[in-house]
Amino acid sequence: MNFETTIGLEVHIEMKTNSKAYSPAPVMYGAEPNTNTNVIDWGYPGVLPQVNKGALEYGMRAALALNCDITRDIHFDRKNYFYPDNPKAYQITQAQTPIGRNGWLEIELEDGTKKRIGIEEMHVEEDAGKNTHNPDGYSYVDLNRQGTPLIEIVSKPDIASPEEAYAYLTRLRQIIQFTGVSDVKMEEGSMRADVNISVRPIGSTKFGTKTEMKNLNSFEHVKKGLEFEAKRQEKVLMSGGQIQQETRRFDEPSGETILMRVKEGKSDYRYFPEPDIPPIHISDEWVKEVKDSIPEMPDVRRKRYVNDWGIPEYDAGVLTQTKEMSDFYEATVAAGADAKLAANWLMGEVSAYLNAQKVELGDTALTPEHLATMIKLIQDETISSKIAKKVFKEIIKNDTEPKAWVEEKGMVQLSDPAKLQPIIDEVLDNNEQSIEDFKNGKDRAVGFLVGNIMKQTHGKANPKVVNQLLMASLKER
Amino acid sequence: MAISANEVKHVASLAKLDVSDAELEKFTGQMDQIINMVQQLNEVDTTDVPVTTTVTDAFDVMREDIAVKGTDRELLMENVPERKDGFIKVPAIIDESEEG
Repeated sequence: MNFETTIGLEVHIEMKTNSKAYSPAPVMYGAEPNTNTNVIDWGYPGVLPQVNKGALEYGMRAALALNCDITRDIHFDRKNYFYPDNPKAYQITQAQTPIGRNGWLEIELEDGTKKRIGIEEMHVEEDAGKNTHNPDGYSYVDLNRQGTPLIEIVSKPDIASPEEAYAYLTRLRQIIQFTGVSDVKMEEGSMRADVNISVRPIGSTKFGTKTEMKNLNSFEHVKKGLEFEAKRQEKVLMSGGQIQQETRRFDEPSGETILMRVKEGKSDYRYFPEPDIPPIHISDEWVKEVKDSIPEMPDVRRKRYVNDWGIPEYDAGVLTQTKEMSDFYEATVAAGADAKLAANWLMGEVSAYLNAQKVELGDTALTPEHLATMIKLIQDETISSKIAKKVFKEIIKNDTEPKAWVEEKGMVQLSDPAKLQPIIDEVLDNNEQSIEDFKNGKDRAVGFLVGNIMKQTHGKANPKVVNQLLMASLKER
Repeated sequence: MAISANEVKHVASLAKLDVSDAELEKFTGQMDQIINMVQQLNEVDTTDVPVTTTVTDAFDVMREDIAVKGTDRELLMENVPERKDGFIKVPAIIDESEEG
């Protein structure tokens, strides 16, 4: 029997507002425990939450970037659950009137095919605090994260494979990053995914029973967990068993999913409208204002690179993968670098350096101005591409002005024929055999001679000029 | 009965509350009375009346996204029975987090 897979994703993204969703306490990652909190976050009796206009606006911005319809009359709801990471025992969320509905994004698979994945809804809500379990039988609670505004993005069941789920997450992260509402850093937990998956025999019109995995914090885990889970469910069904609606956990070392618990029904959260927050109307003007505030999206930039700067489609895609890279690229071009050369350097040497050092562009000393200056030095033949690699190593590690450094270190390329000719003559005088070889058609001799000239000039000779002069001299001999 | 003993037990377990058999019987009776009283509202015809989500006249109440320094931790901790290194110490409840 052949099966088809149906995957749904619920992605939580922390928004980088100044203050929390319903309290004015600061949103800050990595602070001392319980220092960025106030009585609202702690759920003290008698406190009154107030909606952060900025959080709602960021939610709208993300919703618009994901092509959602904005819900104009919204209220908030309480989702009740008991757990120490949330002292008021409910989460304020949007169950009935999510800020956005009916959106979509387009994914691109490895083979280049494009597919549109629907977004069912997205809502603004609050994050919980952080519980750290200790082997001593106690948990230690830090409420700094409590109340941090989140957007939850719920996909339609349009995702048909673990690869598509991976592509969806990559695309979602890219779009959200470009909107500027979040840093979407998986390692800091500012993007987390809950996934659900079911399989059914091909041709069956009814979805199979789904299982869920919560709080996956790497795209790779999502993909591997889904791959395992699809196979597990198929095996159960093939052997005549039934899938139980349950929550499972992805176990990284074994690559398997492990049963955590049988799922509580939805009604167990006993949702009801949040009485502390009056309803909000979102006007046409407000939607327009937010729409106008959305920065240029990656696809628009990609097209611009291809059409205006003649960058190949693939390269333009790589350069717009992150906002950081794309912004850096544009600043380098703005600083006077040739667009194609700048693209080559960023995708070549710069990316290789970042991968090898496992750092991000912002962690290095490289500036768009320095990169542009270096590229200009290569273009006007002040330095050779070989020397450029040395210059690059310097400017990515230290905040060094390349032009001054090249001059100070005497790395300026030797292009003056009047200075190069005597060196070439000397090398030829000392290598009669090579001249003989050249005349007998051994091209290798040229390489040997060039190497010698380079050695004499400590690698500073302009290879193009050397070649011209050398060929002319050889013919004369 | 408007509510069964099993439902009361279930709600108690969601709130991580232990109830004895005697308490269960007592609470079920009390909750049954409460629900019966509230159910009198069902006699009102609410056809074409939108769902009530608020009982105040206020709307569009929001604050600007300006951060205010957190409340002094010592003050907040005054109602915390056990703490350690700035954390709130609680009995461990593993793997049931609903964060997000």
